[in-house]
Amino acid sequence: MKKTLVILGLLSIFISFSVSVAMAAEGAAGLDPQVKAMIALASGLGIGIAAFGGGLGQGRAVASALDGIARNPGAAGKILTPMIIGLAMIESLVIYSLVVSLLLFFKL
Amino acid sequence: MEHEQFTWASLIPGLASLPAHVSGAIIVSIVLLVVVIIGYRQLRRTEDQVIPDEKLTFRNFIEVIVEGISGLVENTMGPRGPEFTLLIGTLALFILFNNVSGLIPGFLPATDNVNTTFACSLTVFFMTHYYGVKEHGIKYLKHFVGPFWWLAPIMVPIEIIGNLARPVSLGLRLFGNITGDHLVTGIFFSLIPLLLPLPFMFLGLFVAFVQAFVFSLLSMAYFSGAIAHEEH
Repeated sequence: MKKTLVILGLLSIFISFSVSVAMAAEGAAGLDPQVKAMIALASGLGIGIAAFGGGLGQGRAVASALDGIARNPGAAGKILTPMIIGLAMIESLVIYSLVVSLLLFFKL
Repeated sequence: MEHEQFTWASLIPGLASLPAHVSGAIIVSIVLLVVVIIGYRQLRRTEDQVIPDEKLTFRNFIEVIVEGISGLVENTMGPRGPEFTLLIGTLALFILFNNVSGLIPGFLPATDNVNTTFACSLTVFFMTHYYGVKEHGIKYLKHFVGPFWWLAPIMVPIEIIGNLARPVSLGLRLFGNITGDHLVTGIFFSLIPLLLPLPFMFLGLFVAFVQAFVFSLLSMAYFSGAIAHEEH
């Protein structure tokens, strides 16, 4: 998931750079080309940084869960459920940033 | 992403004029109604059979779902559980079926749209306060004041903001997960349609279950927080 988010972010940055080159041909949205470049940059960087932080957080959560399972393999099922819930909580922060990125991206 | 997407709902003459998420929600609700009505009639025949059927029949499937949901509610909420089973079960099944319907080509999941997810989360929000007031009366407002009454000017804004953040976070989490998933799968479909989208569809299935589970778990946590009695 993180890789696809990074790919999406890189795609948006790439598109933003090519947009600033092809500005003479477009102009359909009526926005300043400078504003469009900044919007594209923001939408790409926003989700990229969020994915970075989210990946770190989820990595720590899964590492703790795996430590717990390694100590006590019989409790694997009981450890798995709070781990999934914790991962969903951490991921929801990344999702908020994704929503903002999408809002910006569709404003281009 | 702005192009017109084909949905099965556009084939049904009455639903074609509605917005996509409304028609998707209507189709999923009709499917759920059919499943539930048939399942109810089958489950009521348990007086005849004490031994469960061997194979995967429709009845076993419905039994698994019902026992799963009511077991989850009882585990999380304790003895007051069964009052909430109806609401939690409805929300969980509605969200689950809507999420999974996004994996079938031609359907747009109704949770793809902020309106549906915020409808679900606002329902939970209003029901927590309704249950809290029904349980505690007007003393429910003491929850907002915090441990000491002279902390009230600080605690009340914090508690209000925290309470308002709950439906927003519930709705945004569900919406973002399903929409992001759908978008990513769509992008990979347009890149390489053959085998590459398969892991993303598995991820989508997993996310569908996890998000429905997390939504219902959080709603249950909010309910039990609202009806909790102070035990010192």
